[in-house]
Amino acid sequence: MSRYVIRRLLQAIPLLFIISLVLFVLMRASGDPVATMGGRRVMRPEDRQRLARQLGLDKPIYTQYLYWLIGNDWATIDTDGDGEPDMPGDRRGVLRGELGKSLVSRGKEAWDIIWERLPNTLLLMIPAEIVIILFSLIVGIFSALRQYTLADNVITAISFIGYSMPIFFVALISMYLFSVKFKEWGLPFLPTVGMFDPKLGKTPSQVALHMVLPIFSMASISIAGYSRYVRSQMLETISQDYIRTARAKGLSERAVISGHALKNASLPLVTIIGLDIPLLLGGAIVTETIFAWPGMGRLFVDHVSRGDTPVVMGILMIIALAVVIFQLLTDILYAWLDPRIRYE
Amino acid sequence: MEIAESNSITNMQFEPETKPLTFRELSWRRFRRHKMAMAGAVMLALLVVYCFGGTLFLTEEYANFTDTKIILQPPSAEHPFGTDTVGRDILARTIYGGQISLLIGISAAMVGVLIGVLIGALAGYYGGLVDGILMRFTEAMFTIPQLFLLLVMAKYFAGKIPNVQVMGRSFSGSVILIVVIIGLTSWMYLARIVRADFLSLKEREFIVAANTIGTRNRAIIIRHILPNTMAPIIVAATLGVANAILSEAYISFLGLGVQAPTATWGNMLQVASSGFHKIQNAPWFWFFPGMFIVLTVLSINFLGDGLRDALDPTTVT
Repeated sequence: MSRYVIRRLLQAIPLLFIISLVLFVLMRASGDPVATMGGRRVMRPEDRQRLARQLGLDKPIYTQYLYWLIGNDWATIDTDGDGEPDMPGDRRGVLRGELGKSLVSRGKEAWDIIWERLPNTLLLMIPAEIVIILFSLIVGIFSALRQYTLADNVITAISFIGYSMPIFFVALISMYLFSVKFKEWGLPFLPTVGMFDPKLGKTPSQVALHMVLPIFSMASISIAGYSRYVRSQMLETISQDYIRTARAKGLSERAVISGHALKNASLPLVTIIGLDIPLLLGGAIVTETIFAWPGMGRLFVDHVSRGDTPVVMGILMIIALAVVIFQLLTDILYAWLDPRIRYE
Repeated sequence: MEIAESNSITNMQFEPETKPLTFRELSWRRFRRHKMAMAGAVMLALLVVYCFGGTLFLTEEYANFTDTKIILQPPSAEHPFGTDTVGRDILARTIYGGQISLLIGISAAMVGVLIGVLIGALAGYYGGLVDGILMRFTEAMFTIPQLFLLLVMAKYFAGKIPNVQVMGRSFSGSVILIVVIIGLTSWMYLARIVRADFLSLKEREFIVAANTIGTRNRAIIIRHILPNTMAPIIVAATLGVANAILSEAYISFLGLGVQAPTATWGNMLQVASSGFHKIQNAPWFWFFPGMFIVLTVLSINFLGDGLRDALDPTTVT
């Protein structure tokens, strides 16, 4: 087992290098971040050149990647453009824990910008994931135990529709129904955008109220997909011999389901959750955009469109690292939960 | 009794009452019996008729015709789906937007399938170093969630592809861009399936036989192994169309997709949902394009599900 873990970790290193190289090249080769830095003022070409030089954007792309990766404090850089290196570099590079300074919010560390947004994203995503897991299990098992009845068919139809919906369409419909229409009908209605009502301040109850619709939108789509999965797992499990044995022993149906079938049926869900958790960090790009939730997903969209390489690369590498780690953890956990699985 | 029975057996052996069904006939029969799949196929056919037949009644000029006197009007007899912020007819725009959305879906899925099959086939057939490199690359692409990858690529390719003229109509270069990037970010899953199929098939006797008589690698891959992996490829291609339509909607929704005046269901929704007052006061504006996306994706998913059951009866769903 430990050999397996070590091998997987060693494999992850070249993987992360490939990812970072490809993404870095894509990011840096797309547009000139300096172009929009002057705001509305038109920048003089010499100012532009000077800025690009100061930010190290005039270097060839492999040098930029190298500086991003391991920093440039070991090299001397030419800052005044006379062709002579004059200043020692001051960047430490990603491998030494520095993502670099943001190009959009000048002078701010990319890490600080990401760190500011991370709690907001987790605040939204963790409850969403809990709701998703809970309801997927409930709906999936409910419809598996009533296979081919009316209830099962209705659930199947609804989950197919949910599975085919783009998330923003669910968001729009739920906004229209629960906010606009409920308000018209004089019912208690839900707020739509932002994290809190500026008039009422950022109180826990306000934030919780603003979380309802985003979580509802995200959850309804994920539940539609996952509950199908739980259902088919459950169906497979209850056709096993040991379930027949349990029934033959005279156990009540409830004991059979909760004591014997449930554990085995929910096992494969571990894999899905393990692969889902890293995505929580990235936040839901679309959901955060439509509900104006100040999380990582929106941060990513805003900064990718302005070519802010340090922040974008920071977010992507955090996600990539999390994916690699959680994949490994999932595999280990799975082997522990299901002793039939052995890694060599 | 005994004689009769033996007679009937010999009859069955020598004069089969019905010809055995071929794989294709069997699949078609299974597909026809799959109610949801047939419903999906019919619905999809209707949508295609709507999007391409609609051109006969409403011209593209009409779809792009702006009339500021009638902005944001609710559905009426003249404009059954209402009008948008610059007074364009939403019905006409869903027709022309649908064409682009469907075309993007189909061509992006084709690009994805092509890349996936190519990489999966090469990795599975040649194995060794080729396999190692290609699969590491596949894994790397898998590690970044698709939407993040799409946005980075949309940014990378933005403005690099010029507009094109096809059949007297001008398509924004962003249409091709979207097709390319969706294709480039959606091949990984299929590559893995195809690779696994190739790994097991290349050990089979008929491939060994082909090898011994000196068949070239290319012929073995294309003529002998590939036809045996068609089932998962067809299913993946079908579901890929649904995914591509959704992906197009997502990037258009985030403003990095197909640019105006070319309409797609995705960018119609983007305009319609920018700003709460439009969501609140003009529900027809976002409801109809959204509904078309859901219907299309739903029917393709049904179709793909039926195809999976028909082509590969061993899978349980």
